[in-house]
Amino acid sequence: MTAVQPQAPLAEDPPAETFDALEVGTTATTATKGRSRVPWRFLGGRALFYLFTLWAAVTINFFLPRMMKGDAVSAYLARNRNITPEAADGLRALLGLDTDKSLFQQYLDYWGLLLRGDLGVSLLHGLRPVAEVISQALPWTVGLVGFATIVSFIIGTIGGAIVGWRRGSRLDALIPITTFLSTIPYFWLGLLAIALFSVNLKWFPIGKAYGVGLSPEWTLEFAGQVLHHGFLPAATIIIASLGGWMLGMRNMMLTVLDEDYIMVAQAKGMTNRRVLWGYAARNAVLPQVQSFALSIGFIVGGTIVMEMVFSYPGVGKLLLDATNAKDYALMQGVFLVITLSVLVANILADVAYAFLDPRTRQTGA
Amino acid sequence: MTAPLTIVTPPTARSRFGSAFAMFRNRKSITGLAILGFFVLVAIFADVLAPFSPTQLDPGARFEPPSATHWLGTTHIGEDVLSQVIFGTRGVIVVGFLAAIIATLIAIVVGVISGYLTGWRSEGLSALTNVFLVIPGLPLIIIVASMFEDPPLWVIAAVLGLIGWAWGARVLRAQTMSLRNRDFIQAARANGEPLRRIIAVEMLPNLMALIAASFVGTVTAAILGLTTLSYIGVIPVTTYNWGTILNWASAQGAFRQNQWWWYLPPGLCIAAIGVALSLINFGIDEYVNPRLRSAGERARAMKKKGLNINDAVTAVRTTPTKES
Amino acid sequence: MSLLEFDAVTKIYSVRGAGQIKALDDVSFTLESGQTIGLVGQSGSGKSTIAKILTQLETPTSGEVRLEGTAIPRHGSGLRSYRQKLRMVFQDPFASLNPYHSVRHHIERPLQLDRVVPRGEVDAEVDRLLGRVRLPESIAERRPHELSGGQRQRVAIARALASRPKFLVADEPVSMLDVSIRLGVLNLLADLQREEGLGVLYITHDLATARHFSNEIIVLNQGRIVEQGTADDVILRPQHPYTQELRAASPDPEKFFASLSGTGGGAR
Repeated sequence: MTAVQPQAPLAEDPPAETFDALEVGTTATTATKGRSRVPWRFLGGRALFYLFTLWAAVTINFFLPRMMKGDAVSAYLARNRNITPEAADGLRALLGLDTDKSLFQQYLDYWGLLLRGDLGVSLLHGLRPVAEVISQALPWTVGLVGFATIVSFIIGTIGGAIVGWRRGSRLDALIPITTFLSTIPYFWLGLLAIALFSVNLKWFPIGKAYGVGLSPEWTLEFAGQVLHHGFLPAATIIIASLGGWMLGMRNMMLTVLDEDYIMVAQAKGMTNRRVLWGYAARNAVLPQVQSFALSIGFIVGGTIVMEMVFSYPGVGKLLLDATNAKDYALMQGVFLVITLSVLVANILADVAYAFLDPRTRQTGA
Repeated sequence: MTAPLTIVTPPTARSRFGSAFAMFRNRKSITGLAILGFFVLVAIFADVLAPFSPTQLDPGARFEPPSATHWLGTTHIGEDVLSQVIFGTRGVIVVGFLAAIIATLIAIVVGVISGYLTGWRSEGLSALTNVFLVIPGLPLIIIVASMFEDPPLWVIAAVLGLIGWAWGARVLRAQTMSLRNRDFIQAARANGEPLRRIIAVEMLPNLMALIAASFVGTVTAAILGLTTLSYIGVIPVTTYNWGTILNWASAQGAFRQNQWWWYLPPGLCIAAIGVALSLINFGIDEYVNPRLRSAGERARAMKKKGLNINDAVTAVRTTPTKES
Repeated sequence: MSLLEFDAVTKIYSVRGAGQIKALDDVSFTLESGQTIGLVGQSGSGKSTIAKILTQLETPTSGEVRLEGTAIPRHGSGLRSYRQKLRMVFQDPFASLNPYHSVRHHIERPLQLDRVVPRGEVDAEVDRLLGRVRLPESIAERRPHELSGGQRQRVAIARALASRPKFLVADEPVSMLDVSIRLGVLNLLADLQREEGLGVLYITHDLATARHFSNEIIVLNQGRIVEQGTADDVILRPQHPYTQELRAASPDPEKFFASLSGTGGGAR
């Protein structure tokens, strides 16, 4: 689901303790002492947090099927007779039907299964292992979402920087336009796009990632098909999420442009281009990166819907199909994989932030 | 010799009330509030406003484009689209606001407490907040919602609220931490104010703008979440809201058959409420950060005089002007 | 006569990654009620740490602070009674008042917390306090952003006086005010001190006002007391090289105009 991208808080710097500058040295003196380019302390703290989140996500996943009505799960297993005994055991461990074992034992078994990469078998997909089913769908989602989000972020941020720089000009009108576009629900925008471009204008195919009857292969023709089919979903995601990035960047630009160091840079005679990109945008982009990291969870939600609208064979559609068919093992597996992907994306964004923001490299930061 | 006393006129009661809601007093907020108010009224008076009952069938008029009797046309079995949209407003407004109230209350408690305390308690609450932020909400809701047969509106609102409190909590925590070290809070502590009064009486009023913005943002997210989930079909289609209407429309092929009167109005309504809420938030943003409001105005004023706000060197006028 | 004793206080902060910082090193002084001590030093000398320790926002690493013979309690009724007797006026008039509340609220709270007067008389007491700091009663309903810096600082002083303390810690009370109104606020503080018999710890970096306002001056450098004595002694006959440097650094209008008439030319 999308919302107008939430603004990163105008966080003030954490309060500095008062201490004698002569004793400890200012940041200027510390900088000459040791050049630690890698902000270990910052990254270490974040790593700890992510491990904790990973544990929390796995635990939630563990409890999910156990919260559902028990007889529904066992009835579901009973309906499907073609499962091998090992697969059935694995499913029982995953879904919490081993009532003879204690909850804690089940929990340990669950971790054991996960670490072996065994997510059970999917009854919806012909008893193929869940891990295999997911790994087929995952590249589509990552490709579409990753590409569209990065493009949207870049366009939005650069656009926001320019709109902020040229404040008071006609470019200001871009802000309400893009914001309006981002309050439209993703799925409706996608449906409209299909109605307009696929049904009426017939420029693009109606759905799926590639033509019917084809199977994935590394040929140019197939790649062309992928691009053709993927254009509309990607464009919809980009247009819908552009507004949030642009608004956030423009607001930060306006705040930064008020700072004295911008005035000093201009007074020094720097070209406008250098002040805009090297000074103003460089500082304004930091909260944007933080925002990006935090909104990855929301982005995932939006793509699930997008995949349903366009019948795109990614993990989102997989989850929805699994939910409708009550394929519990697949549901559990997809949720875990989605959560892990969000975690990884967050980690990458944090690493990027750590290198962009010199304050994280300070001692005692 | 003492300085001469300044003449100070005491404020009237009206201006004190007005200043409490100053964040809503600019044009953007008022417009947004007006649109939102319109939808709230429609939701309340749906019974009176809708020309038909939403389930009333009119077998003779199926798939009809807008006409005099059916202003927004009919569905595949002859239901009046306009009535459905009007009744659908209720579910949207109720769930949106209820979810936002739940989420904002949790956000205030977690955010302010974790911002004011220090040490492991603060870090722990912050870690909890971040976990809720990272774990993707929509997949979780999909899975949870599929476990219920026919969830009542308040259950949906509660689940949406429990998923959506984390962002507000994070923002409030950051702001509380910065407030905590301000002199007037130190003065209150030095005066011996008890903790609950410091948080409730001294800090909370200064956080009102953030809380309002967070609340408005959560309403938007909840409404989008509800309509999306309804469209997907995860929330059973027995409840009326704009998302379920779109679900039916899509299932009946309205998009492929260009029945725009069926699928355009619900989507436009969602967008309209979204725009209204965004406007309110813009207004609050400008109140909190006055630079946003004045930056554009200053640049335009300078342009009128022939100057560019980005110029490094102040241009010197050689011709005298009539204005001061 | 009450005594505030600062006895061999040392305060060490540990900062992550920067080791330990000694903000105060074996500082001792005694403040009597009815007296003013000027605490002079540059930024980072430890002045604010002393203020924080006195107002319970920090605790000493070693040494003791005693009010009327008893050490500062950590909690309970002893702490409340200590808080009532020692109040602080903060440096920044723009930050020391809650922007959301009226002037009346600010002055009322200490009256209510310490039960200085019975409930029915609180309003009258607020008006009386406003009069003492020479502000009109009508200012009570105003909010801080409607007041000037000097007015705000007077409100802060009124708030500090509300609990009828014996000691006042004034942490650079006029540094952020316009120069033209500084004297007015300082004279107000001097009058109040005389009328109420307060002991005032006047923290500042400005030698001139310290000399004008205090009986005794303590010079602080890097957490240590380097010089201590009567105001005139310290200013006119400084012994320690640091004090001498401080005095030399203060701009002296007499010297400037003397140098002008010496060269005979106008100022550039």
